[in-house]
Amino acid sequence: MTVLDRVVAPAAPEPSAPAPRGAARPGWAWLGLLPFAAYVVLFLVVPTVVAVGSGFVDGHGSFTLDNLAALGDPLVLTAFGNSALVSLVTAVIGAVVGALVCWAMLGLPETGVVRTAVDAASGVLAQFGGVMLAFVLIAAIGAQGVVTVLLRQLTGISLYENGVWLYDLPGVMVAYLIFQVPLMVITFLPALAALKPQWVEAHLTLGGTPAGFWRHVGMPVLAPSFLASLLLLFANAFSSYATAAALASQGSQIVPLQIRTALTSETVLGRENLAGVLALGMIVVVAVVMGLYALVQRRAARWQS
Amino acid sequence: MSFPKTSRRPLAALALATAAAISLAGCAGASADAAAGSTTDAASATSLADFGTMADLEAAAKAEGKLNVIALPRTWANYGEVLDLFAQRYPEITITEQSPDASSAEEIQAAKANEGLDTAPDVFDLGLAVALQNTDRFAAYKVATFGDIPAALAEPSGLFVGDYGGYMSIGYDSARFPAPTSLSDLLKPAYKGAVAINGDPTQAGSAFAAVGMAAVQNGGTLDDFTPGIEFFGKLNAAGNFLKVDPTDATIASGETPVVFDWDYLNAAQTSAVPTWKTVVLPGTGYAGYYNQAINKDAPNPAAARLWQEFLYSDEVQNLWLKGGARPARMDAMTTAGTIDSALAAALPTAPSETVVPTEAQSTAAGTLLGQKWATAVQ
Amino acid sequence: MAVVNPLAPGRGARWVIGVGVGLLFAVPFAATVLFTLTPLPGGSGLSVDRWIALVDPANAAKYRPLWTGLGNSLTLAGVTVLLVLGLFTPTMVLVALAFPRLRRVFEFVALLPISLPAIVLVVGLTPLYLQIGRTLGTGAWTLAFAYGILVLPFAYRSIQASIDAIDVKTLSEAARTLGAGWGSVLLRVIVPNLRQGLLAAALISVAVVLGEFTIASLLNRQTLQTALIVVNKQDGYVAAIFTLLALALAFVLLLVIGRVGRIGVGRKT
Repeated sequence: MTVLDRVVAPAAPEPSAPAPRGAARPGWAWLGLLPFAAYVVLFLVVPTVVAVGSGFVDGHGSFTLDNLAALGDPLVLTAFGNSALVSLVTAVIGAVVGALVCWAMLGLPETGVVRTAVDAASGVLAQFGGVMLAFVLIAAIGAQGVVTVLLRQLTGISLYENGVWLYDLPGVMVAYLIFQVPLMVITFLPALAALKPQWVEAHLTLGGTPAGFWRHVGMPVLAPSFLASLLLLFANAFSSYATAAALASQGSQIVPLQIRTALTSETVLGRENLAGVLALGMIVVVAVVMGLYALVQRRAARWQS
Repeated sequence: MSFPKTSRRPLAALALATAAAISLAGCAGASADAAAGSTTDAASATSLADFGTMADLEAAAKAEGKLNVIALPRTWANYGEVLDLFAQRYPEITITEQSPDASSAEEIQAAKANEGLDTAPDVFDLGLAVALQNTDRFAAYKVATFGDIPAALAEPSGLFVGDYGGYMSIGYDSARFPAPTSLSDLLKPAYKGAVAINGDPTQAGSAFAAVGMAAVQNGGTLDDFTPGIEFFGKLNAAGNFLKVDPTDATIASGETPVVFDWDYLNAAQTSAVPTWKTVVLPGTGYAGYYNQAINKDAPNPAAARLWQEFLYSDEVQNLWLKGGARPARMDAMTTAGTIDSALAAALPTAPSETVVPTEAQSTAAGTLLGQKWATAVQ
Repeated sequence: MAVVNPLAPGRGARWVIGVGVGLLFAVPFAATVLFTLTPLPGGSGLSVDRWIALVDPANAAKYRPLWTGLGNSLTLAGVTVLLVLGLFTPTMVLVALAFPRLRRVFEFVALLPISLPAIVLVVGLTPLYLQIGRTLGTGAWTLAFAYGILVLPFAYRSIQASIDAIDVKTLSEAARTLGAGWGSVLLRVIVPNLRQGLLAAALISVAVVLGEFTIASLLNRQTLQTALIVVNKQDGYVAAIFTLLALALAFVLLLVIGRVGRIGVGRKT
């Protein structure tokens, strides 16, 4: 066992073999999982089951599968499509831009002003959303926004020649990017920072090129974390609704808005149970995406070993 | 071989947390008991007579010391001044304002979610449809001035009572746009990218009313909202329809210069945009009243009833009038001369005919909107 | 001694990325600041009148909910971070050490909270919180349990990235062979190596708690965001000013936490 072994073979993110020693874990280990398991069951699993289960009862509380028919409604299907599109686009762009920002920050000292400030700013913006995020964007590039007016006055270009796209899905995507990029920065930076410079040096000493390093060592090592963060960004955008509610307020174009209408509408009453089925649909979509992600991870791990 | 130390750690933490929780529960339990003991009478009071005099009601409310209100934005029908006046008059009662953005349905959900807890709302301000569907959650109470309220606006036993109302109107920035004289004016190119409604009609009551108003103004009736939906479809096709949700901020920044909203809400925008004007189109006017109700399960029943008496007093009815809304007791107060005539004169002229949807019409319209709205404004 | 990280881009690339992205993000907030500098009706140009009106004592009563909300939110942030550090981290280390097969399950569970919009989660949390309200009282701190769930996906990702980067098994084995008990292994060997991930998790947890609105609102608790909504209803300019202030406050708070969490970095042991 030499240092070189540790350098060249990083910790495998995909555990491929069962624990070699003590295969039968003593009961103590299971006990250690108990507090977390209890917490998660109580505050996550049970509420999710209750929420999704509400989709399977009708107004009088008896079991029914009728609500499932709503999943076939063309409006609902379009909403799922829109949600998936918005989430995918903002996740990919957010992941790429966020990764670039993380990369740019690598060269800076960890305790330096820039990195601490960018970390803090990313944390704050990653959770920014809702009516005020919509307004902040409107103030900048709305029809009367500062940038729009400046652009028209200085160059004559009108951003909204063919209608105000800001108040439709493209605008929602721009708004989502404002919290997707910081979220990527804050979740990916620990992974990127863990790439050991010694590996680059070893690679270069052994006759490799910087580009080759990224292709053969850097990217494969980072791929699992990158994909996991991408998945996180996707799920985050998929379930966001407050910003879209303020920005693209007409037509409930994404699934969470449909859920909101079902649960809290003042005008179309008695459809609360529909929310449960829509939530189930959302979980299914995320599970499918997770499945794809697991598939890709396994591919990447094979490539690595 | 030596996992015990790891497993003891989380157990110890759990024990600590439980101990902390129990001690906190002790505090919470004590206060809940104290509150429950003094309010068993107030919860069943159906009128001021059950308390005795106004002073008795005030004393009982002050003993409770708190009031939870929900869904009362400060700029909505001048509720800001109403809340401030109450706080000024009864400093012993702490008002907790919850969820000013909540819809009527969310108010009821908040009551359900906090049933029996001290965070439950004491009073509601609801749209008619939601009020009619949830009468089993309300406590009947007739305020001292109940006789002044038109029969059409109040549930006979006082379960819910109309408090203020207004007409669906069009607010616009008069510095940038000409006054619309009819709905078809809004289809003209002058209003390109300018017209918004307050929410999605399948979600919000005021947007629903906007579509209803468009329906009756286009020769239809409240039985069928289709002409209204078609109007907004045409507005969207002309490029005049803005799909953003207008807020105080977007109106102030000029982003949403023409807004369909209740006349009292449009009237409040003049503080931010001095050139903002409100017009109620002549002909058939679409009106809507909101309704006050007391939560049967209110944690502060005496304070809730004091709030009701307060709201239906002359002074506060005039405060609502100041906010541009038509208070429920308006007719009676006009006859008695207690209405602020200057404010009353400042209201937009009422159209010759007024329509208010019934429960059946609202439900049918809701279903229609659910089916047709999204495609109409794509 | 400054060690240049050979992985990092050169100064040129760093500046391009930094300035480019930085500008893109700065523009909306600059526009909002410009909006808040709109003069009162009758004035012209830019003016700070609206900012000055905030400190007007006559308006103090209107901002009272903010103080309660802020206090509650800070308490909640503290309890949530405790949950993340005290419950999530040991469990994740345990899974990495002893239950590698459970990792996939853990990942799915950790992703579940953001797969659902908060309004749906609240439907399920409501009966639970009704019971909690009856037993533990209706103080805002009980929201921390729900917030821990909300924070789980982000905290999980950050901490897991750090765990993956270090070889937990070898580290713990080495420490155990040298005679350390499991407590020492966790606190003195593993946690210092997870510092980046733990710090990121703590930061995002605080940010989530300070920014969360839906669950607090639907469960009728007073937090910073619910208080902001109440206060913002006065007028659009006040809403914009308070948004900027709340963001600035969160930024400063995270900055402080970030600095505190980095004390001792760079010291070679």
